[in-house]
Amino acid sequence: MIVSPIEIASSSVVLLMLLVPAAALLGRNQRLLIAICSVFASAASFMGTVAGVMAVGSASVERVVLLLGLPSLPFHLRLDPLAGFFLTVIGLLSLFVSIYSAGYLRGFLGHRPVTRLVVFYNLFIAGMFMVVLADDALFFLISWEAMAAASYFLVMFEDESQENRRAAFLYLVIAHVGAMAILLSFGVMAGIATGFESFGGYTFDAMRQAKIPLEWATVAFLLAFFGFAAKAGVVPLHVWLPEAHPVAPSNVSALMSGVMLKTAIYGIVRITFDLLKVFPWWWGAIVLVLGLVSAVMGVLYALMQHDLKRLLAYHSVENIGIILIGIGLAMIFTSSHLTVLASLALIAGLYHTMNHAMFKGLLFMGAGAVLHATHERNMEEMGGLIHRMPWTAALFLVGCVSISALPPFNGFVSEWLIFQAFLLSPSLPIPLVKLLMPLGAALLALTGALAAACFVKAFGVTFLGHWRGHPRPRVQEADWLMRSGMLMGAIVCLLLGILPTLFIEWMDIVPEQLIGYKLSTSAGAFGWMWLTPLSEERASYSGPVVFCGFILIFAAAYLILHVKAGKIRRGPIWDCGFEKINERMQYNATSFSMPIRRIFGFLFRVKEEVTLAPQSAHGAFPRRLHYRLRVKDRFWNWIYRPIVEVSFWASRRVGGLQRGRIQAYLIYSFITIIILLVFVG
Amino acid sequence: MTLHSFFVEVMQVVTLLGLAPLFIGWVRMLKCWSQGRSSASIFQPYWDLAKLFSKDMIIAENASWIFRFTPYLVFGTAVLAGGIIPILSVDLPLAPTADVIVLVGLFAISRFFTALAGMDIGTAFGGMGSSREMTIASLAEPAMLMSIFTVSLANRSTSLSHIVQVIFSGQSVVRPSLAFAFLAFILIALTETGRIPVDNPATHLELTMIHEAMILEYSGRHLALIEWAGMMKLFLFVMLGIASFAPWGIAGTEGFVEIIGAFFVMVLKLGIVGIALILIETGLAKMRLFRLTEFLGVAFLMATLGMLAFYILE
Repeated sequence: MIVSPIEIASSSVVLLMLLVPAAALLGRNQRLLIAICSVFASAASFMGTVAGVMAVGSASVERVVLLLGLPSLPFHLRLDPLAGFFLTVIGLLSLFVSIYSAGYLRGFLGHRPVTRLVVFYNLFIAGMFMVVLADDALFFLISWEAMAAASYFLVMFEDESQENRRAAFLYLVIAHVGAMAILLSFGVMAGIATGFESFGGYTFDAMRQAKIPLEWATVAFLLAFFGFAAKAGVVPLHVWLPEAHPVAPSNVSALMSGVMLKTAIYGIVRITFDLLKVFPWWWGAIVLVLGLVSAVMGVLYALMQHDLKRLLAYHSVENIGIILIGIGLAMIFTSSHLTVLASLALIAGLYHTMNHAMFKGLLFMGAGAVLHATHERNMEEMGGLIHRMPWTAALFLVGCVSISALPPFNGFVSEWLIFQAFLLSPSLPIPLVKLLMPLGAALLALTGALAAACFVKAFGVTFLGHWRGHPRPRVQEADWLMRSGMLMGAIVCLLLGILPTLFIEWMDIVPEQLIGYKLSTSAGAFGWMWLTPLSEERASYSGPVVFCGFILIFAAAYLILHVKAGKIRRGPIWDCGFEKINERMQYNATSFSMPIRRIFGFLFRVKEEVTLAPQSAHGAFPRRLHYRLRVKDRFWNWIYRPIVEVSFWASRRVGGLQRGRIQAYLIYSFITIIILLVFVG
Repeated sequence: MTLHSFFVEVMQVVTLLGLAPLFIGWVRMLKCWSQGRSSASIFQPYWDLAKLFSKDMIIAENASWIFRFTPYLVFGTAVLAGGIIPILSVDLPLAPTADVIVLVGLFAISRFFTALAGMDIGTAFGGMGSSREMTIASLAEPAMLMSIFTVSLANRSTSLSHIVQVIFSGQSVVRPSLAFAFLAFILIALTETGRIPVDNPATHLELTMIHEAMILEYSGRHLALIEWAGMMKLFLFVMLGIASFAPWGIAGTEGFVEIIGAFFVMVLKLGIVGIALILIETGLAKMRLFRLTEFLGVAFLMATLGMLAFYILE
């Protein structure tokens, strides 16, 4: 090999970093800026993807030490298959989104300059690449912060509305609380690695070799899990996610939901399976339970939304939950030394990571195209867009089918693998966890079914029926760049769905290195067409056959019926003879989810108000009906409100010290010195 | 793929396509008798389908391609499922394509598109049907999966052909968990096939209909395909129940004679299931929509209990 994967990866980071000042300089010519930056960002993302694919494919571990950073604390880079896998995920979606952005950003021309957006967009992708490449705590945290700060500015892009500023601030606060926990976790591990005597323990290698006692390992794990869970939007740390993701520009939402959350998954896998390695089963149980709670709560909250992007953001909470279910199962199986099952569960979790990046990226791009065309995020106003935007509708539908875990698309494969892992759990030796398994499988099944309901609503209300809003906008189909970005995502969704065996064979090195079992020997035992996780007797699935079966039967039925086809006549909608049917009489997002709101309403704070405006003459015939519905997150009141109130209270108290008189301040200094002298001296 | 197994596969699909309307005719006939009415011929569903296929179609002005695509998809998934569930024999070349989870997925995708087609026209009826159908499905589908999982755990496979073979080989014993799973399965089968007490296949009353509301706008050959697929779905659910709980009579991998035997056993079983179905339908009234939560909740709980029982007792 002439160039090694890590060289390609680092040059793509350098390229993205160079784009940052270049974009700032090109600010005068917006059109040129968008063109140049999109081309180079796509190229850099493509390089990242290639590096990731090569690193996983060649199963190599490469290291580079950069002579940057603090004196005697150089930056370490390392590209192993795990990092390579996440590099591929990030690179692939960034590639699609960068192509999409070239079209999407043109929508801002003449309205507002996009220089800031482009600058931080490149920094954001570079930050994500660096996070997975980092091999020491220092560089990891710097990259982590670069990513968080860049995304903060991206969320703030349309900063004239108060809602956006609030969302960005909330995001910043939670991101930093999380980052602090991660910092502390690395501190614990690095400290134990060198016995708190030198800074040498800050590299991941030192942490890998350290013998960390279980109680300290637990502290480190819990801190890290808290920090990463805050980034990933695990319930109850999810409140920032449905605020921040919808208000960002749609290409950024696609990246944030699709891949930024995945860096947190990467962190969890890296710390548990690679750095700490040995852990008790209950760590896995924590991850599993929180995953289940996130999955169910995420999808239920999503069902209550009528803002298209908010709905998608809540689905990210759900899908992160599903990924964590896979990883939690893998941890439980690993701690019981069931390596075969552990690698099955880990593959399932990572497979879903890839899938979620693809379909959520696709869905956010589709939502962006709709927003771009209609300037509307509220689904209650939309409808009938399939006639004006046929491409966007079809591609968005692919995303909907994929995320609803329907065969033959990709979401189905990963959920199928997780179900298989659940069904193999009777061999677990721990009775308590065994009781968790049926409940887990039940909740995962519930999640899948609810997700399907939610996407019937999302697609049906947005694209089908008639336009519901009053002024009917002139809607135009997305341009070819946006369409091709979405099309690529859709194709990958389909390919991952019908060729799972090939994909598992490629990524198999990751569980082999982390857990020590190669799944593809059994999973691909019958060739590329058949996916048989453990053995042919237990379970098998063939994506290609299901896909071809669909097409064949479809074609056969169509042809037979069209040999002597009856005529098709188009007529107006049947209105039951009332002749007063109008667009507002269609089912909308609120009415669609009304039965589910009624069944699961106890989980939310639902406020429903109906007021009748009586007609002056006859009270029995109301003139108008006002319906008001507010569905709120209970977690806000349970957890966040008290914290907010306590911190305001505390800061008011501390603020009391500020008297504005020099004498008082001198006394404070004096008292401080006395105390220091007494206790430290 | 041997010639024999290919033949079996074709036989199965032909049986499914041919017998599904007959089974519906049988059920309707029994229903009429049990209510003291004189019934139409048992072959009436065939005439209905033939009539619909030969009719012209009328489609609403703003129907999109989803509306026209859905009937074919719904029909296709039903036929595909018929090639996977062991109806006559376990020797199916298509059986390893899909296990029970994939089957549930196939039914889910046909429901997904039917619900979309219901919303495509933009009438309140369609949306109402879709909303109700998806709500019910979101409770019924997990219960269905859990019930099937219990069977799979007991037989160490999620592939239906293998489940049948394990039961034949005598390795499977009667377990309390299977009783829970079976009860849950009955409730779910009634739900998924739209029978009383969940939905009434004979009604077009706006306040009660669920499945019919979604397909209200269909006519001609589209309606024929959907109706036929609906008949096949009932047939397939009966076959799914038979394969997972009482597979005796399904042929193994040997010669043709056994398959003919299996065919007659199957017809006999269908006759009995038809009677049981009518006993349930005449004994119960249709439930209000929001009472269904309890009905499905019971099914879900029972299925989960079945799986829990398996974990505790094994």
